[in-house]
This record gives sequence, structure tokens and C-alpha cells, in this order.
Amino acid sequence: MMALRHDNHSWRKIKSALASALSMLAAVLVIAPLGLVFFYLLQKGAGSVNWHFFTQLPKPVGEAGGGMANAIAGTGELLGIASLIGIPIGVLGGVYLAEYGSARSNWWLRFVADILNGVPSITWGVVVYGMVVLTFKSFSAYAGGLALGFMMIPLIMRTTEEVLLLVPNGYREASLALGISRWKTIVHIVMKTASKGIITGILLALARIAGETAPLLFTAFGNRFWNRNLAEPIAALPLQIFSYAISPYEDWHRQAWAGALVLVVGIFVINVLVRFLTRDRTVRIL
Amino acid sequence: MAVNTMSSSTPTSQSGAMNPTPTSPATAAELVTANAFAVKDLSIWYGEKQAIKNISIDIPVMAITAIIGPSGCGKSTFIRCLNRMHELVPRTRVEGKILFHGEDLYAAGSDPAMVRRRVGMVFQKSNPFPTMSIEENVLVGLRLNGVRNRQVLNERLEKSLRRAALWDEVKNDLKKPGMSISGGQQQRLCIARALAVEPEVLLMDEPCSALDPIATAKIEELIRELRDQYTIVIVTHNMQQASRVSDRTAFFYVGELIEFGDTAQLFNRPRERQTEDYITGRFG
Repeated sequence: MMALRHDNHSWRKIKSALASALSMLAAVLVIAPLGLVFFYLLQKGAGSVNWHFFTQLPKPVGEAGGGMANAIAGTGELLGIASLIGIPIGVLGGVYLAEYGSARSNWWLRFVADILNGVPSITWGVVVYGMVVLTFKSFSAYAGGLALGFMMIPLIMRTTEEVLLLVPNGYREASLALGISRWKTIVHIVMKTASKGIITGILLALARIAGETAPLLFTAFGNRFWNRNLAEPIAALPLQIFSYAISPYEDWHRQAWAGALVLVVGIFVINVLVRFLTRDRTVRIL
Repeated sequence: MAVNTMSSSTPTSQSGAMNPTPTSPATAAELVTANAFAVKDLSIWYGEKQAIKNISIDIPVMAITAIIGPSGCGKSTFIRCLNRMHELVPRTRVEGKILFHGEDLYAAGSDPAMVRRRVGMVFQKSNPFPTMSIEENVLVGLRLNGVRNRQVLNERLEKSLRRAALWDEVKNDLKKPGMSISGGQQQRLCIARALAVEPEVLLMDEPCSALDPIATAKIEELIRELRDQYTIVIVTHNMQQASRVSDRTAFFYVGELIEFGDTAQLFNRPRERQTEDYITGRFG
């Protein structure tokens, strides 16, 4: 029994306890900002979130009340336009990476996608400003949606690739051995098996771009009224929050807090949805 | 251009390139040759590594041919060549010829998908599609190849499941997920799925190696029943299985065909020393 005991046994125990305490502290520090942000937003913004906030247009300065209905709808429209661009290109790009590309072309595509993922969001705003806004001489919902869509492409492409690669090769082989063509195998077998993962990637990309402000500053521009024409400027929640937050009016500040709260809750809901989707089957198969 | 290559490369048969229906004019020729596959001087490389070395073998029609040999001897590679499945591995190279009822499997105009419709395959690990029910699994090959007629689909569903000896066990659970049944049942479901597209040949790559003895016995019984209607090529490293189910056996060793003959003869009076060493358990 003596041989199993060692002189510095207690010192090792202390080191172990220290290490686990430090990592726990780090874990708490990870969660703390989220709690802080949420608490702060609730405190400042909850009072201004009411029925009018979701249903009314902004009121002129000095007039109490009003809401951000146009901005909420605008964010929805912008996300819709962005999805029309980002989802098909992103998903098909991911399919190419996972199913078709050669090792060499894939290396380059991944490299480019990772660079695109790291491009500061305001850069997309500037690029689209140059490409679309200057060309058509108008800020527009199309321009804003395009900037957001560009941001979605690499995000969706990489997540789609990853979930497709998780589908076991046995399913591809089984399908091809039935005389099913390559393309039908990919669409009906591989993508169907990975569909939850693909949808998860799309939702995460939407959550990521929903709060973007910088790419919209000189593309969608913002609008204090309803947007009747997608070729004209459109309001967006993050833009409205931005312009209200830097204004000198107390009432607008309260509305900005409310807007931020609504945005965070919206993104939170998307993330909960993702958790719900990835809960059962995807985990079992993939 | 595709038309050009097809007409110029069509050999003796006048039925054109790969015809999916088994009752094609080629039937007359089949009876004469009695060989499903005629393999001539086949060599296969994975990159620099040669997996199959100059194999020539005739695989008889409507019979069970077993391929035995130690791991890594090229058994799986060989049967994957018979329906062009090995092409999925990048950097493979094939030399030599494989004639399927007289038609060159690797001719310029031949479509791998059409080859695979006539030469089906069952894999080592049962792999029903996880998103599909039992019924959808059986019918997926037909549906994705364009069959819409509900009556045809229903008939084929029951017929395939009956042939795979699974109908009685699942007929009340057709809408349940394909993954919800036992491992042995899943493997029979995969056989039903392969049979549903009505192939002429069934390639089986160690179909029982992941199953318990009872499920294995069921599959072996099934294989013997299928013998009357299909040409079957089965890879196994279970020698007892080969001797139980097959009519003819080929022994492969490090990419070469050592011996091929009548199963009883090969196991009782092997001609080659290497075959004898292997089947008596001296190596492998």
C-alpha cells in the first residue's frame, strides 16, 4: 500500500482543482455577456415593446408613441431577398464541394469561401453601393438584400458541405447501385438525408445577417415610411436602431432599446428553432 | 457524337446498348453462351497500387458464383467492376474487357446507370435509406427512375418483399421507417430494394458478415431460392458459406485468380496448393 502513495500527491490534487476552477471561471465568463446583454435590454427596452411598436410607423420627432412596423417588415423583406440569392448559390456551392469538386478545386473554393467569411461586413455595403446603387442611382431594397445575400453565400456553402460529407458513403453507393443517376442520388438521397443539417445552416446564416447594420447603411439606406417599391430605400430594424440610438431624443432612445430587444429575441428564436431541428434524427444519423 | 459511338461499338447483338428490360432480343444469345459475364485479362489499379492482376473468368448465368480469399485479395474490387461501382473511387484505372451477355460494359457509349439497373448490388453493411419507410425503400429505385403507376408500384412492392422473404414480417408495417427493423431484416430489405428494379444479376459483397448466425442462415436460404431467377455473385470470407450456397467458387489471392471451378470440387479436391492451404486454414 505504501508504494501507491507519493510525496507530492496533495500538490497534484491542488493543481487539478486549480485547473478545473479556472476553466469553470472561463465558462462562466462566456455565458455572462449574454446574460448581461439580455438583462440590460429587458430593463431598458421591455417597457417600450407594446402592440403599437409592432403595428405603427415611426412618429415625427416630439410626438409620443409610434412603432417600428415598417422596419420589422423591411428586415423581413431584406432577409427574403438575401435568401433568394444566398440559399440557392450557397447550397449548390456546398453540393459542388461535397459531391463533385476535385481535391484541387475544392482547396481553392474553401480558401476563397473562408476569406469571404472573414470580409468585414461594411465591405459588402461598399461593394454593392458601387455595383448597384451608383448604377441605378438609387438606394433600394434590392441593393440591401444583395449585400446580405453575398454574406450568406459562404456561410451556407461551408455548412452545407460539412453536413453532406457526414452522410455515409453507403447511401450514395446503395442509390447508384440501383441505377439512379448521380444527380438524383444527390438530391433525393444525400440532400434528403442531410436536410435538417442544411436547413440548420440556412437558419444560422439568417440569424447571423439579420442583425447586420453596416452592409445596409448605404444600400437599403432606411426609410421612415412603408416601402412600396423594392427599387426604393427600405427600413430595417438594425438601421432604425442605429439612427434612433445616435439621435438626441429621449423617446427615440427608448424605441431603439425596444428594437434591439425585438431583434435579439428574434435571433434567439431562430437559434432555439435550430436546436429543435438538430435534436433527434440528424444527431442519430449524422 | 454519342449516337455515332454507340452504333459503331455495338457488337454482335442487335439490341443496341444496355437495355433495361430483361426480355430483350439478347435472350437467344444468352442461352447459347450461358455466361453472364466474360472477363478477359482484367487489371485494376488504385493510383499506383494494382488491386487486380490480369484476371480472366467466365461467370455462369442463373447460378451462384462465390468469390473467396483472404482480406485485401481484391474480391470486392472485382465484383465492383461488374457493375462499374469501383469508378466511384477516384484514380482507378481498368485494363482488359468485361463482356456482359456479349456487350462491353466499358464501351464508350455505355452508361454506368444503365449497367447498374441490370446488375444490382447488396452491400456488406445493410443500408436502408434512413429518411424512408420500408415501402419507400423498396420502391425508391423505380420511383427515381420514373415509374409513377401506383398499380405497378404496389405489385412490385409485394413481389420484391416476397422474393426477399420479408413480406410476411413487414406487410403490416410498410409505413414504418426502414431503420426500425432488425439488422437481418434490414439486409433483406436491401435485397428487396435491389430486386425491385428487376436486375438480371445480383452482386453481394459479404452480405452476412455483419449478421448473427440465425439471420445469416435466413439470407443464405434466400440466396439459394433466388438462384432460379438471377445470376448471383457473392463475395465472402466465410468458406463454409461459400460451400453451402454456391455452385462455383473462385479463389482469389493478392489480386490473382488462383483457382475457379465447381464448388464441391474446389473444396474437396483443390487443384492448386495455395487453394488447399487456404481452405484447410493454413493461412488467411
